[in-house]
Amino acid sequence: MSNLDTLKKELVDTVKAANDISALEEVRVTALGKKGKVTGMMKTLGSLGPEERKEMGQALNKLKSEISAEIDSRASILKEQALNARLKDEKIDVTLSPRPEMSGTIHPITKTVEEISAIFAEMGFAVAEGPEIEDEFHNFTALNFPEEHPARQMHDTFYLPDVEGKTGDEAKRLLRTHTSTVQVHVMQNQKPPLRVIVPGRVYRDDYDMTHTPMFHQIEGLLVDKEINMGHLKGCLVEFCKRFFEVDELPTRFRPSFFPFTEPSAEMDIGCSRAGGEFKIGAGEGWMEILGCGMVHPNVLKNCGIDPNEYQGFAFGLGVERVAMLKYGIPDLRTFFESDIRWLKHYGFGPMEDV
Amino acid sequence: MKFSLSWLKEYLDTEASLEEISIKLTAIGLEIEDIEDRAKAMEGFVVGHVVAAEKHPDADKLQCLVVDTGTEKLNVVCGAPNAKKGMKGVFAPVGSYIPGLDVVLKKGNIRGKDSFGMMCSEKELLLSDSHEGVIELPEEAPIGVAAAKILGLDDPIIEINLTPNRGDCAGIYGVARDLAAAGLGTLKPLKEEVVKGIFENPVSISLSNKDACPHFIGRYIKGVKNEPSPQWLQDRLRSIGQNPISTLVDITNYFTIAFNRPLHVFDADKLSGNIDVRFARSGEKLAALDDQEYDLSDGMIAICDDSGVIGLGGIIGGTSTAVDENTKNVYLECAYFDPTTIAKTGQKLKIESDARYRFERGIDPAFSDKGAEMATAMILDLCGGTASENFVAGKAPDITHTISYKPEIFEKISGYVIEELRQKEILESLGFELSGWDIKTPSWRHDLDGTPDIVEELLRIDGYDNIPATPFLRAPDQALVVKDLLQQRVIDTRRLLATRGLSETITYSFMESDKSDLFGVNDNGYKESLTLVNPISADFAVMRPSLLPNLIDAVGRNIDRGYPDISLFEVGGVYKTPEHDGQLTVAAGLRSGNFEARHWSQEARAADVMDVKADVVAILKTCGLNTDSLQISTDAPHWYHPGRSGVIRLGKTVIAYFGEIHPSILSTLKRDENYLGFEVFLDHLPKSKKKSTTKPLLKPSLFQPLSRDFAFLVNIDVEAEKLARAIKGVDKNLITEVEIFDVYTGKGVDDGKKSVALAVTLQPVKKTMTDEEITTLSTKIIESVEKKTGGVLRG
Repeated sequence: MSNLDTLKKELVDTVKAANDISALEEVRVTALGKKGKVTGMMKTLGSLGPEERKEMGQALNKLKSEISAEIDSRASILKEQALNARLKDEKIDVTLSPRPEMSGTIHPITKTVEEISAIFAEMGFAVAEGPEIEDEFHNFTALNFPEEHPARQMHDTFYLPDVEGKTGDEAKRLLRTHTSTVQVHVMQNQKPPLRVIVPGRVYRDDYDMTHTPMFHQIEGLLVDKEINMGHLKGCLVEFCKRFFEVDELPTRFRPSFFPFTEPSAEMDIGCSRAGGEFKIGAGEGWMEILGCGMVHPNVLKNCGIDPNEYQGFAFGLGVERVAMLKYGIPDLRTFFESDIRWLKHYGFGPMEDV
Repeated sequence: MKFSLSWLKEYLDTEASLEEISIKLTAIGLEIEDIEDRAKAMEGFVVGHVVAAEKHPDADKLQCLVVDTGTEKLNVVCGAPNAKKGMKGVFAPVGSYIPGLDVVLKKGNIRGKDSFGMMCSEKELLLSDSHEGVIELPEEAPIGVAAAKILGLDDPIIEINLTPNRGDCAGIYGVARDLAAAGLGTLKPLKEEVVKGIFENPVSISLSNKDACPHFIGRYIKGVKNEPSPQWLQDRLRSIGQNPISTLVDITNYFTIAFNRPLHVFDADKLSGNIDVRFARSGEKLAALDDQEYDLSDGMIAICDDSGVIGLGGIIGGTSTAVDENTKNVYLECAYFDPTTIAKTGQKLKIESDARYRFERGIDPAFSDKGAEMATAMILDLCGGTASENFVAGKAPDITHTISYKPEIFEKISGYVIEELRQKEILESLGFELSGWDIKTPSWRHDLDGTPDIVEELLRIDGYDNIPATPFLRAPDQALVVKDLLQQRVIDTRRLLATRGLSETITYSFMESDKSDLFGVNDNGYKESLTLVNPISADFAVMRPSLLPNLIDAVGRNIDRGYPDISLFEVGGVYKTPEHDGQLTVAAGLRSGNFEARHWSQEARAADVMDVKADVVAILKTCGLNTDSLQISTDAPHWYHPGRSGVIRLGKTVIAYFGEIHPSILSTLKRDENYLGFEVFLDHLPKSKKKSTTKPLLKPSLFQPLSRDFAFLVNIDVEAEKLARAIKGVDKNLITEVEIFDVYTGKGVDDGKKSVALAVTLQPVKKTMTDEEITTLSTKIIESVEKKTGGVLRG
């Protein structure tokens, strides 16, 4: 038996001496491989007597599993050592910048239009659009602007050459001065009840600190049977609260004049200029926000809708203006300058929710 | 429209404060634009009497004053050389704000002497730049009263924003009438004045066009003196920013502002013969009072005498008959002109005058008689002389009409109730005449046509605040609103491009003429009809035929600011024709500089055509198109590089262009950088064919896909896509992907040839493929490529 003890000791020592996995593998082959020492002794069992064979067999099996366990435990130590050594070498400077990713922005006008559209969509208004090159009929006449009236002149219209072969207000081509033109298209092409909002570019011949020759409006139109100014007020008050995200928002309606609405109103929201800082909400001041009114019966008539059966309301607001108020953008003209610093600063990430 | 508070109060008997008046004006639709209240800024500043003045013991240039403020006597240290005992000046007590110094006055101690306020100079009160000394007030100024009053600054100037329908409030009397109706006082009746003519009017008037000028009252006043007008009249006019000229002219201006009754005065000695009012004839000219000469034409109202045109009726007078300081005899004109005729003439000749402003909005035709009498009386009063009889040509038109109204309609429109009695009361206070509920409009209102106008009148006087805010929701039976396909595609495209690193911009829809030529504005002959008649500047002259030129300018400006790597996009209209359907919605992008920035992990890589092609493909994919087999050709329009650009079509319809911008265009635009652009025509994209939301069933293969690489030598002009198609065509079920992973020319490849390497992915469906089957397929692939492209497998 001492033979086996000696072998065991010898083998265990070799296992312990193995310094890496490949050396350990060699030890396994030397000890337990086909031609290994333990295997070799197993092969001699056949020459032993039954008793002795049984005894020796058990002893050899025990030795085999002991050595095997030694090797396994040595292996796990060596693997851990190897891993530790690898981890020690494998190091990156995590303060380095990651690979650059390109990120663009969405223009504040787009964001504002999407926000406004979403609020009105919940109130049942679909988005309608229309052409920017228009004629006097759609821009003025159908909207009850009397010919040559100062109200027409106040629009500072850009004109294009007259349409050949046409006369009157359909011959006069122009860039629409307001999105109200689309009211006419919608009423001519759809049957009431109607609920639409119309975002889009409009054009006026004016260029200074607070005017650009192109800007954006959103028009709203509702035509139905039982609609009065109370609904108009309710709708717009709700809109302003949600758009400006101010719960306690004072609002004020006051008389105004638009040829295509009667009665007409302008809506102001409360604001404060205390300490030179402009803030929307309760305060000492008022800020004009939009124009609105009940659709003039003449407009309904001009568009083929019976004003005795239907009435409705319309409103319009300047997109740049409300974007400037909501997002604190100081200068109108910068909206169209394409300055990448401005676009990145005032723009919105593509995934930002509306 | 500007007026002073005291002028308003000449016609309105009211106890209301300035603040009450201004709130009410806005509430009734006469929106306050500005209030200049100089008295408010000088609150607390009083007339101070210097009762003692001694030299400061420790400062040569200072004096120690004792100022009587009416309530107490205070020590004041003063540096003004003109301060002396006995004078009266403007005293500002401790705590008051000195606008010229932008400080709030504190109790001071100057070299050992306490000072409890200051005596002010004009500069310190922002009255002028004069800082020579303190203001010296007249001796009789009562001690302790508000200094603003003594300085004549206690009359606030109110400016209202007059909407074009309210011509009646272009006169102060009209504003007073509206305020009185709104319960803010009582309208003072105008004096009934009739000046009896004491000689026959030597100048007759004939009206040749009674539609344009239906009523004309003329009056000859002889023996007048046209000196500077009295101080009170000059002050009135100055308070609203008008310069006094002479008594006669000032009287006409006074009537314009006060009563919305423009008048004209001719020097009667410069008139030849009688007056005829007719349409001008083309070729006639008028040397007008604004020192301009105008070419007249038919449709303009000419006031003529035997010498020709002497005035443009309702707009401006002529110099040939103008009154001056030597005028002895004057002819007064008080007429009514048709608003539309005046507006047309004013617009044509671009004359902005106080008369035009009022006549084109419509004055009160029924006031002409009275206005003429009042003006005559005022001329006699201020200039002396005697008046002729009136010469009245035509008669005042009646612009009133009767509206059949039903009081219950008020609630239907406004959403709340005003009692009938109150409705009646409001309407009568506004000058309506009621006979039952037949309502006759006042002669001064041109803006009232029907029931909604009556409702608005009631509302604005009762107050818009009374309209309830009725909760407003989606109609109960209405489906949720969804965007239409194009709207959704526009939104998706914008977000997609932003995630791809392009920033959205918005540029003007019009552009410079020469630049528009470069981008095909006249390719279909529409340039002229897309060119503005009245552009604001040459930069904004022609409706853009493409989004690219503005984007090139925009990117270029950013490069010039020091940002060389720029990618911008815009989604917006381009204008192919001026017709309603000529406007297309285009998504366009432009990249310049590096696509991949220099970084420790990688080399910089400049943007190239494939980057913008990828943008286009991504848009098409987002819009629901199958982009696996796009029909790409190389016939992009002339603003693209002919060899580095592509066109994508669906059938015959162009859906996108992409490529490098043509170098000669860039050199015309003076840009040195490389620009890669694309244009996608969103409204040309087909509707999605999907009819249902269900996706086809996924049938994943049980077998692994395998990949084989091939390299072919082909002629250099063979398009790579052709090879890929040749390979795919061999077995469309088995070959699921063909990816070009290398294109090579140079060493080892003959001139005129290129090597194209492709990875072919095979996806067995029924069983794994044997080597033999793979070999057979490979042979077919090689044969197909050779047949369709002339390519040979590289050995």
